[in-house]
Amino acid sequence: MSPTTTLTKATCPYCGTGCGVLIESRDRQIIQVKGDPDHPANFGRLCTKGSTLHLTAADTVTRQARLLTPLKRSQRDQPAQALSWDAALGEAADRLAAIVREHGPQAVGFYGSGQLLTEDYHVLNKLVKGLLGTNNLDTNSRLCMSSAVAGYKATLGSDAPPACYEDFDHANTLFIAGANTAWAHPILFRRIEDARQARPEMKLIVVDPRRTETAEMADLHLAIQPGTDVALFNGMLHILARDGLLDDAFVQQHTNGFDELMAVVRDFTPEHVARTCGIAQADLELASKWFGAQTPTLSLYCQGLNQSHRGTDKNAALINLHLATGQIGKPGAGPFSLTGQPNAMGGREVGGMANLLSAHRDLTSEADRAEVAALWGVREVPSQAGKTAVEMFEAAARGEIKALWIACTNPAQSLPDQATVRKALETAELVVVQEAFATTATCAYADILLPASTWGEKDGTVTNSERRISRVRSAVPPAGQARHDWAIFGELGRLLEQRLPERRAHYLPGTQTLFPHESPESVWNEHRESTRGRDLDITGLSYALLETQGPQQWPMPQGASQGQARLYTDARFPTADGRARFALVQHEPVKEACDARFPFSLNTGRLRDQWHGMSRTGTLGRLFGHVAEPSVELHPEDMARLGVLAGELVQVSSRRGTLFAPASADAGLRCGQAHMAMHWGEEALSGVDPHGQRITGVNALTLPDFCPKSKQPELKHAAVSLARADLPWRLLALAWLPLERALAVREQLKPWMGAFAFTSCVPFGRETEGGGEVGLMLRAASPHAPEPGVVAQIQALFGVDGADVMRYDDPSTGQHRAVRVEHQQREDAPAEAASLRVQAFVLAGDTAAEAWLRPLLQDKLPADAFGRALLSPGAQPPVATEARGKQVCTCFNVSETAIVEVLKRCEGGVNERLGQLQSELKCGTNCGSCLPALRKLAQAAT
Amino acid sequence: MTKMKLVMVGNGMAGVRALEELLKIAPDLYEITVFGAEPHPNYNRILLSPVLAGEQTLDEIILNPLKWYADHGITLHTNKRVVHVDRRRRVVVAEDGTEAAYDRLLIATGSNPFILPVPGKDLDGVIAYRDIADTNFMIEAALTHQHAVVIGGGLLGLEAANGLMLRGMRVTVVHIAPWLMDRQLDEVASKLLQRSLEERGLSFRIGAQTQALIGTADEGRSGRVKAVRFKDGTEVPADLVVMAAGVRPSTELAEKIGLHCNRGIVVSDTMQTITDPRVYAVGECAAHRGIAYGLVAPLFEQGKVVANHLAEFGIGRYGGSQVSTKLKVTGIDLFSAGDFMGGEGTEAIVLSDPIHGVYKKLVLKGDKLVGACLYGDTADGSHYFKLIREGLSIRGQRDRLMFGETALA
Repeated sequence: MSPTTTLTKATCPYCGTGCGVLIESRDRQIIQVKGDPDHPANFGRLCTKGSTLHLTAADTVTRQARLLTPLKRSQRDQPAQALSWDAALGEAADRLAAIVREHGPQAVGFYGSGQLLTEDYHVLNKLVKGLLGTNNLDTNSRLCMSSAVAGYKATLGSDAPPACYEDFDHANTLFIAGANTAWAHPILFRRIEDARQARPEMKLIVVDPRRTETAEMADLHLAIQPGTDVALFNGMLHILARDGLLDDAFVQQHTNGFDELMAVVRDFTPEHVARTCGIAQADLELASKWFGAQTPTLSLYCQGLNQSHRGTDKNAALINLHLATGQIGKPGAGPFSLTGQPNAMGGREVGGMANLLSAHRDLTSEADRAEVAALWGVREVPSQAGKTAVEMFEAAARGEIKALWIACTNPAQSLPDQATVRKALETAELVVVQEAFATTATCAYADILLPASTWGEKDGTVTNSERRISRVRSAVPPAGQARHDWAIFGELGRLLEQRLPERRAHYLPGTQTLFPHESPESVWNEHRESTRGRDLDITGLSYALLETQGPQQWPMPQGASQGQARLYTDARFPTADGRARFALVQHEPVKEACDARFPFSLNTGRLRDQWHGMSRTGTLGRLFGHVAEPSVELHPEDMARLGVLAGELVQVSSRRGTLFAPASADAGLRCGQAHMAMHWGEEALSGVDPHGQRITGVNALTLPDFCPKSKQPELKHAAVSLARADLPWRLLALAWLPLERALAVREQLKPWMGAFAFTSCVPFGRETEGGGEVGLMLRAASPHAPEPGVVAQIQALFGVDGADVMRYDDPSTGQHRAVRVEHQQREDAPAEAASLRVQAFVLAGDTAAEAWLRPLLQDKLPADAFGRALLSPGAQPPVATEARGKQVCTCFNVSETAIVEVLKRCEGGVNERLGQLQSELKCGTNCGSCLPALRKLAQAAT
Repeated sequence: MTKMKLVMVGNGMAGVRALEELLKIAPDLYEITVFGAEPHPNYNRILLSPVLAGEQTLDEIILNPLKWYADHGITLHTNKRVVHVDRRRRVVVAEDGTEAAYDRLLIATGSNPFILPVPGKDLDGVIAYRDIADTNFMIEAALTHQHAVVIGGGLLGLEAANGLMLRGMRVTVVHIAPWLMDRQLDEVASKLLQRSLEERGLSFRIGAQTQALIGTADEGRSGRVKAVRFKDGTEVPADLVVMAAGVRPSTELAEKIGLHCNRGIVVSDTMQTITDPRVYAVGECAAHRGIAYGLVAPLFEQGKVVANHLAEFGIGRYGGSQVSTKLKVTGIDLFSAGDFMGGEGTEAIVLSDPIHGVYKKLVLKGDKLVGACLYGDTADGSHYFKLIREGLSIRGQRDRLMFGETALA
């Protein structure tokens, strides 16, 4: 490390694990990131996403993908023009104030993010609820954690995950329900693997309709039918009661509502439940036995329970199990909700949601509202619950909400029922997008774009799944003119105070402004004060203490020397009578039953190497090594029935929308089920549906119906139809492009993504710190060849034009093939490789040549032997080639082919073989995210 | 019994090939007499270019040595130009008075180079490119002179230019059309050709119109040629000017004896002159269905038909030929056949590979290949030529057609 290099402790901006990172920076440029060995969440480890963070902060990415200046569109669908911060915020404030004056505060909606810092949240909360006087403030946490919040509150009395990561090491039964931890929380899964290594007797039960990599690892996998979680949990409670495995004393002394619940649970007989869930009765019995007898039992759960129109009940039903068995408040026990986002917890603490108030206060409680008003120095805060995420956009689509202020999230990608979301964005009179990245689908709808700082630049705090507050520190100044979100909200607040004197009239005497803050710490201190005496009391904590003693778990009241690892150790719960409540939960089927017209159940979920809408992870080719491009996964038998082969296009339709996607086989699905990654928004997967509408990615299909208690939509199930797509004309374009240009080219391609029925566009390859090149791939398909010239323009964008390009053109049949070969030796190419390489190609019409041409380019294989045959059609390689095979280990770029080769020579059990693999190929020795996959391959080899 | 008498005027490739065909099927039917204006037996005119280029020698290009005529009892009169034919008496008369009677007459007088009607066309050092004499003259000139101008950027002109260049001369090719070999190549292929010829050292004046040839004496009006002047006033130095601006069927004799001529001696599908059924015409001098072919392949096809009728089989019919072109300049492969320019109702498939200097264009009409123009890689030329000639359907092969016979599954 050179003397000029500085090291900054911060937190990873991705999932809710909240891993500590060490950022190396030099000359205002982030150059490297490592896991923080002292951080209690990850102890130095990082997953594939976290360990590539520095690459997403490379200046090539910043220049091409970041929002660097305030921008304004004088008209929608016009290119945005740069303007000064004063002009941008001034106009935003003017128009917002005008709308508030004319239509009242309920005509304004603020939509934030679980990726905002606690400090951002606090200022935003005061701005919306304190100044404007509306609760129309919600965030994408609504799509993520609100069922967990409601579930905890309904049973334990407060939104507080009682357990901690250390409990992995004490649990004898680990019950993972509706979570693919191996992919969604890789570092936690590393810790689970370690715990199982240390104590092989620990049982792992995984509840998931899909056989995920997490389920692969389980001692028992319960592949229940979608939406039958409550039936399963009630059925387990039935069996536990039958077998006398309940903790009667605990139930007696510390809970209410047990008998009422048992009256319900009585009907959930094992036979009935096994049939409802579609699992073997023996498995149900075994799961119950382990849960109740092989204690302590720790449950981990995530979107499988949360993203449901009965999400609160699913959470509560699982918590019921822990209360009935007394598996809570002790090491290795508890219902532990894993958060999806890095600071969904912080948002919940601040109360930055439409139905929450500061520090777990209740919007419906007059006393709570009064406390908050007093803390803020206003007469009152609004009592009427605000519009939650889905409601907010539906109201905007109806024209009731006239101004949408969107910060740090991409609703045009992530919200269900995109047709309505797009209508909302088009209908709203004012759309302001406060974003770090200029590339999101939502940015295209903004009247005003405000550049926000992001990871590596931001300064503040986040809270992870185990209630642990960590500092986020800035290693480099914000890019371009970007500003911190809390500062933007604060400035907007001050401008609105000037423009809305009638609102300031609600301030208490002596309150000059709600936005006096000059630093994140001053904001945080204000928030801290609001927690005094609450269950999440952190009055004993300070920035200084976080500095000296590192991340701390709440509560940490004044006088406490450190945070609290577990809650409810004394079995006293934050309810009126100190007792937990059993929730009366009935099983209700999924909202949209499959029927003859829409016979398949579409599930959505995370990929291992991607994050949300991919505005950050999507900038790196190397994060597409694990899953290369959008697809809809189906059971091989369903594919056979539909008559589609892997890679062939299917039309996926729901009652709300349609998309086209390549099919890929996943035997881990049950027949009748389909799965798509949640990440594939319009930015990566688009086209034009049969009605001429632009295809908006996976959420064109999902349904907006939400849980009546948590208002969280059912993103995990939509009834869809599947049919082989009849789009004979195909286009496939691949190119290696310089890092300086690749992302810009991708943006230039976006208009073309609406020019065909199906389009997908993703990067590939392996960026290195030293610059170099990255790959870009565009796929398209349509019923017939496009206008003459279209192909030529796409060829030009991929650099496959000009004099030195090999081309084959049969215009009258729409067949065009063009290949650019180059004569250089790449240092990252195998030394024995010859000098001629395929640098780029565009196949149009018949793209069957992809079978050999694509590996030729992507694996940088020698192309000398091909000559003009590079232009030949058909899947049969004109010259024999050997592809590298699918990448398994992202960190060391190890392919499945190589792994299988080595495994042939390996001996011993799975772990021995794994060890030999790791020593020979280094795969799985860095972030470890591929370990489940490696173990699976090793297993297959034994 | 006495044999019938067959006299052939002209001793070139088309005529002699006709005799060979005849001797194959009716060796003893005729007593044959041949008149040739050149002092040589039949040689391969097409190979004059390699001779000029120094790649072959004259003896190597002789097709039928004198012995062959003797062995088949053919009376050969070399160096004797036929000046008259008495069709009533059926007697042929040469300029030296030699006479020969005939029952059948075969006219195979070939063609004459077209000489540009410009001032100075008769200066010393100005020649056409037609026969061994011209070839020898150029070889001589290359030894003693430096600057050559070839007028005409067609097949023959480029071969001449290449030969002269290889013999050390600084050669400029003057071509009035917008691109070289405009009758055999499309513009793209032609430009590729021009580039590679320029890389070899040839200079070009494309689209230039020759106004006059300037001589060394008498204010340029006489002596040896020293320059070529163009309409735009510019000049290029030239100690040798080769006229290669095309050929005209040699029909003086036929016209003189009253055979109907129209851009060639008009013949029927049996290759008989429409004026006198005893008289046949074959080769470049014959006009069949309005076409006088200048390439060897059709002439050989004509030869077969003539032989068939002379042999009194009476079943051969000549229906015209599809022609294909190859340029005999070592290291340059080009090929064209049929309607390679395309146009109304046709579709073109084009492959270009600048890295290896290859260009291919296939012209389709419906499901048939009707034309091909190949540059840089002509390996599949004969394959395409066969498809064109035989009008075979390429249905189901279209996408692989470009990649040659081997690519067709």
